[in-house]
Amino acid sequence: MKPHRRQRLAVILFLLTTVGSGVTFMLIALNENINLFYSTEQILTGAAPKNKTIKAGGMVLEGSVERSPHNLEVRFLISDMQGHSVPIIYTGILPDLFREGQGVVTEGMLEDSGNFRASRVLAKHDENYMPPELADMLNEKHVQNKSWSKMP
Amino acid sequence: MIPELGNFSLMLALALSLGLAIFPALGVRTQNVVFMRTGSSLALGIFFFMLGSFFCLLHAFVNDDFTVTYVANNSNTALPLPYKISAIWGAHEGSFLLWTLIMSGWTLAVALFNRSLTTDITARVLAVLGGLNVGFLAFLLFASNPFERSLPFHPQDGADLNPLLQDFGLIVHPPMLYMGYVGFAVPFALAIATLTAGRLDSAWARWSRPWTNAAWAFLTIGITLGSWWAYYELGWGGWWFWDAVENASFMPWLVGTALVHSLAASEKRGVFKSWTVLLAIAAFSLSLLGAFLVRSGVLTSVHAFAVDPLRGVFILVFLVLVVGGSLFLYAFRGGLSKNRANFSWQSREAFILSNNLLLVVSAAAILIGTLYPLFYEVVTGGAKISVGPPYFNAVFVPLMAVLFLFMIFSPFSKWGDTKLGLVLNENKWWMLVGILGVVTTSYFFGNNVFFYGLLLKSLGALILFFLVKNLLQRVKNLSASYTGMFLAHSGIAVAIFGVVITTYYSEGKDVRMEPGDKLDLSGYQFEFFGVEKVRGPNYLADQGEILVTRDGKKVALLRPEKRFYPVAQDVMTEAAMHVTPLRDLYIALGEPVGEKAWAVRVNVKPFVRWIWFGGLLIALGSFITLFDARYRAMKEKAAKLFPLGVAT
Repeated sequence: MKPHRRQRLAVILFLLTTVGSGVTFMLIALNENINLFYSTEQILTGAAPKNKTIKAGGMVLEGSVERSPHNLEVRFLISDMQGHSVPIIYTGILPDLFREGQGVVTEGMLEDSGNFRASRVLAKHDENYMPPELADMLNEKHVQNKSWSKMP
Repeated sequence: MIPELGNFSLMLALALSLGLAIFPALGVRTQNVVFMRTGSSLALGIFFFMLGSFFCLLHAFVNDDFTVTYVANNSNTALPLPYKISAIWGAHEGSFLLWTLIMSGWTLAVALFNRSLTTDITARVLAVLGGLNVGFLAFLLFASNPFERSLPFHPQDGADLNPLLQDFGLIVHPPMLYMGYVGFAVPFALAIATLTAGRLDSAWARWSRPWTNAAWAFLTIGITLGSWWAYYELGWGGWWFWDAVENASFMPWLVGTALVHSLAASEKRGVFKSWTVLLAIAAFSLSLLGAFLVRSGVLTSVHAFAVDPLRGVFILVFLVLVVGGSLFLYAFRGGLSKNRANFSWQSREAFILSNNLLLVVSAAAILIGTLYPLFYEVVTGGAKISVGPPYFNAVFVPLMAVLFLFMIFSPFSKWGDTKLGLVLNENKWWMLVGILGVVTTSYFFGNNVFFYGLLLKSLGALILFFLVKNLLQRVKNLSASYTGMFLAHSGIAVAIFGVVITTYYSEGKDVRMEPGDKLDLSGYQFEFFGVEKVRGPNYLADQGEILVTRDGKKVALLRPEKRFYPVAQDVMTEAAMHVTPLRDLYIALGEPVGEKAWAVRVNVKPFVRWIWFGGLLIALGSFITLFDARYRAMKEKAAKLFPLGVAT
């Protein structure tokens, strides 16, 4: 092979490996890091996987929020307002607009006990807000165009 | 009356933009120099009327004119004056007015500083910018008009500005960001102009460079400010969330970074021209795509897109026209420059090529991650997913690590060919010392040693080391370009240290605290004294008081707040911080969890300021390149180099 051909081959190989490994990385990472959203009904009927990070959403039931007197553990029920409610356990600071009767989306794992241990709770900076997933679920047109409140 | 005047100015600006899109182009077509030169006065007119319309909205805000719907939705009599002004860009309509004003500003700048361009290229560039102005103004007037009135039944007082946005960060962040987004319209317009003219020469690259660097510097500042603002105002101490809105600004930044570098190769060596043109198109298209995706609400949910069908459809049509049109043109004309690339794989050209490849791949990865939930929802007929930070970290960080590896040697690279082995051999002991230094300091000062962190810190240290070594060799003969490169690259190294050290060595706790409770963290002691009520201009707040001591000596008395804005019915967390260059103490109030007990977040974040300091260094470096003597000498040279170059 002539030197400039060899060089060109090296460049092409370099391009291919970079792009190839980039795409592989991406696909693996995408597969591992997608969180599906489940309704409370799906969770109760067993359609949601256990011990895998998923999202669950619903309205926080009035009167269901219980706080621990010792630490930041808080328990509440989320519901689709059609009789399906799931108990959520969360330890940490709740978002500013977390209220009873408000829509929230929680991210975490469904435990074998049926409790949902949340690692994040998302609510919105808008009192009329309902999470889009929830709004779709309840067939309402409440979807609003504002960004999520960011919680760690 | 004044709002109508503002509206009327917008219409006039639209009419002039139509003129700008048509007349110079017509002049090029008919070889009519008079028509070609109409561009400057039209651009001046557009800017004048945009500025007028902006001041009309400003007037409405300052004078609490709640008959204007936009003002009523985003202001309040009790809102402090600086926020009344920044509320102009606090929501969609007004921020788009700012966007369009900035667009007209860049257009005017091009009309004023085009000496080194030939008359026909200037005319083409201005026509493209005119076309973009038409699109933005039409969208502003017909789909998001900030001057709409709600007469005769207007509210007595306004609904107040979203409390999140009542902050210094929001006063400066959007203008900077838009300067960057919209600034990419200039290299874009020049790329389109040269494509239509069929003259991809190095004059094009030389002219494009300062504009690209300026836009990129503004975008860098915008992103840096956004990250800083999110850190203290969203209340929870994170500085990057891989949120769709952030990605929307980060993708054009990455592609813009690639463009800044490939333009250098195109100018100096005449290589990668077609690729550079494509990057210029891509950078601006991503700006548009990102900004519009965010605005149409389509990322929140496909269904949100239908909330305002007019906006959604308008955006789509505009995007398809701009992106599709320019790519179509590129497909036909992009292959025009036929030059044999002649460089070795160790040359600076090769370094720039790998820089471009890695940056474009990472931008693509972020694009895929951002859009994937959308595809998924459409394809599965409504199933919701989200792609979280783990995806972005897993893809982005390794790519950057490879990029940083190349970056280490880049200052020593030479056009054409570099004796890389020589450079390596000369410096092998220093490199070893650098890596060992990082490893030992991490071992002694960190509570843990993390592979990724060590790797990145070593890369950062080596980047800095080689930069400084290179600087010492050149210190007698520093050009603005070189100084700019030096600062921007050291900015990256500084930001690497900030990111890595903050990520791995931050300590934080969310705790329940009653008055008198103490917490020990990272050698500091935090004592909670309780919470008392205070009153602000347009809010009520619970203000906590926390004494921070170290070895019994007072470090700071911090007062984080939980604010309630009665008009907006909104609650905001105002974190309190004690800042030194080496660490932030960061305290935020959660919610009351008992009689006198509060949930409190306490963070000790080492080196977090370095992230933003690095960002500012990068922007500063990029601005400094604008003062390179080359660009000033350009005017005189241009006439000699290009016989066609009739300087206007």
